[in-house]
Amino acid sequence: MLIALLADVHANREALEACLEHAREAGAERLVFLGDLVGYGADPEWVVETVMAEVARGAVAVRGNHDDAVRKGPGGMNGMAAAAIDWTRERLSPEAAGFLARLPLDWEEEGRLYVHADASDPEAWHYVTDADAALASLNATDAWATFCGHTHVPRLFGITAAVKLTGFRPVPGVAVPLLRARKWVAVLGAVGQPRDGDPSACYGMLDTERSELTWHRVPYDAAAAAEKIREAGLPEVLALRLLRGA
Amino acid sequence: MARPRLTTGDRLDGFLIGERVHAGGMALLYSVTHPAHDLPMLMKVPRLFEGEDPAAIVSFEMEGMILPRLSGPHVPRFVAGAGFERQPYIVMERVAASSLEGRMREAPWPVEEVALLGARIAAALDALHRRHVIHLDIKPGNILLREDGTAVLVDFGLSRHDQLPDLMEEEFRLPYGSAPYMAPEQVMGIRSDPRSDLFALGALMYHMATGALPFGNPSRMKGLKRRLWRDPVPPRRLRPEVPPALQEVILRCLEVEPDRRHPTAAQLLLDLRNPEGVALTQRAGKLRRDGFGAVLRRRFNPEAQPRFRRPVAQGIAAAPILAVAVALSREGGEEGAGLSEELRRAVARMLPTLPGARLACLNVLRLNRIQLDTTLDAEGRSKHARRLAELRHWAAPLGLPEGRVTFHVLEAVDPAAALLEFVTVNPVDHVVLGARGSSALRQHVGSVSAAVSARAPCTVTVVRPRTRED
Repeated sequence: MLIALLADVHANREALEACLEHAREAGAERLVFLGDLVGYGADPEWVVETVMAEVARGAVAVRGNHDDAVRKGPGGMNGMAAAAIDWTRERLSPEAAGFLARLPLDWEEEGRLYVHADASDPEAWHYVTDADAALASLNATDAWATFCGHTHVPRLFGITAAVKLTGFRPVPGVAVPLLRARKWVAVLGAVGQPRDGDPSACYGMLDTERSELTWHRVPYDAAAAAEKIREAGLPEVLALRLLRGA
Repeated sequence: MARPRLTTGDRLDGFLIGERVHAGGMALLYSVTHPAHDLPMLMKVPRLFEGEDPAAIVSFEMEGMILPRLSGPHVPRFVAGAGFERQPYIVMERVAASSLEGRMREAPWPVEEVALLGARIAAALDALHRRHVIHLDIKPGNILLREDGTAVLVDFGLSRHDQLPDLMEEEFRLPYGSAPYMAPEQVMGIRSDPRSDLFALGALMYHMATGALPFGNPSRMKGLKRRLWRDPVPPRRLRPEVPPALQEVILRCLEVEPDRRHPTAAQLLLDLRNPEGVALTQRAGKLRRDGFGAVLRRRFNPEAQPRFRRPVAQGIAAAPILAVAVALSREGGEEGAGLSEELRRAVARMLPTLPGARLACLNVLRLNRIQLDTTLDAEGRSKHARRLAELRHWAAPLGLPEGRVTFHVLEAVDPAAALLEFVTVNPVDHVVLGARGSSALRQHVGSVSAAVSARAPCTVTVVRPRTRED
């Protein structure tokens, strides 16, 4: 089965549309949303409605810290993120807000764990950016592979035969074998706000039969998404970020 | 994780296990058959019975990742594989070829054979490197030779794919490889430089040419590191009949700093196939090892220590072989002179973006069908030499240092066929050639540039001076 893994959409309609189309053409049979559907971007209503419809059809979605902040308020967030959450809360219907609030923190199926951030304490939202963080996450689960987002930077961490941890920067479009005898943490990168220097949208495609994961980069109309952020009166930095991919 | 030993007659995923054909340090090889696969096959099974060696596991995992991503005449075909969640194995084509290991006892070899075989192995390495894989264990036991001479590389257990995680690098502090052939940077733990394979091939050619190993076969780290400062005895000292060009090539492969070796396997192949074009440096004439002072300085002076960097992944792409088919001015009157200048301008525009590029300047000396033996007489020889001189004169304004440019006069009845053969046999990446203005005759018989651009296995640029509308 081909599973499309989509993290950190961040209310970016143009990016999500492009990734969904790419995934459909590539033959995706299942969609998994790895959290942070909203925040930063200017299209929270459309994004949440779209994902609600997909979940009704069998897709999986887990809760991210920005989704969480819609219910709890932006306490602890930086100014930019907080401004965007305040703006988002006013836009979302009670139904959409309720959907976000009810999302599970993680979801496990057939040895695969889906979670927004570090699996050892999902609600603490620790970043998985290095081998130590990945090891903490790995040790907290029996799952063969953990798929997460949150950092907006694609990475693969694997535990070796000698119980060491390797970090790897995936090459777009190149399938990486996730050997069954090892444990893995795959950080998917962001659909809606990439921060690794490449502004194109990022999502992952898992081939469960071949046990291979491919990170795809999908060019989309970032200028249109940035313009909407400006029109909404959200911080200018959030618009620039989409254009720079950093 | 101990598993029962496989025995003849067992079945595994439909494969019938035949005789055990090889027992290596890390793996066992069995001959196998399968009703759905009609080719001779081998099953490779990691050796895990006598206590687990993590290296055996990891190298098996690496080979299982890399082999399915390779294809072509220089590698065994991958058939099937399974990982460590059950009985691990890799099934691959059993190549109808003999191992180079058996033939090494015949060393030293005739020097022409050393260059020929070196070129065949370089061709296999070029194909491998273009597929993002560095072998990192080039040695006689891992090279097979097909009946037609094609070199086949086997055992990718220590290899590195530059677009996949490197499980070996993270796992082990000590370098893995084969002591007689391992490159200095590999000794120091760097596994990401394709030029490490060129060093190993250099050590292998040294062995074939002299019958001796350039750095012995050390078994400890201290002995392995000696090659960072101690240069080998020059091959010509051990065997005077080694030509200077071959010594030049071998010693360039054995340079400690990868930047001083050939930039790519393709460029090494070009030198091995065209010894007359090799630029001879002091390496070619060297008859003794460096003096004690130089060796001590390299060993103890921090300024003189080699600095190994991880090369950028674009290494191969930045060092292509460019071939330019030069129409010399005498060949076409005023129009020909304009064209040869335009060709030089076109090449001069390309070179600055490709710092490692190698330029092969070609000229076709046309033979008459009835006088195929012209080259043998004195007139033919002097014609050939004059053309070479003219080619050098044409290239001089480009200001390329020796070693980055070679000159070739191809004698042929059919110029297009000669050019196509050259760019195919030598792995040329880009051909530049001129086209004259169109004429009725040329449109009828077809031009050389049209034939080459239609059939060349690489990029072709056709240069044509802007036509004036009189």
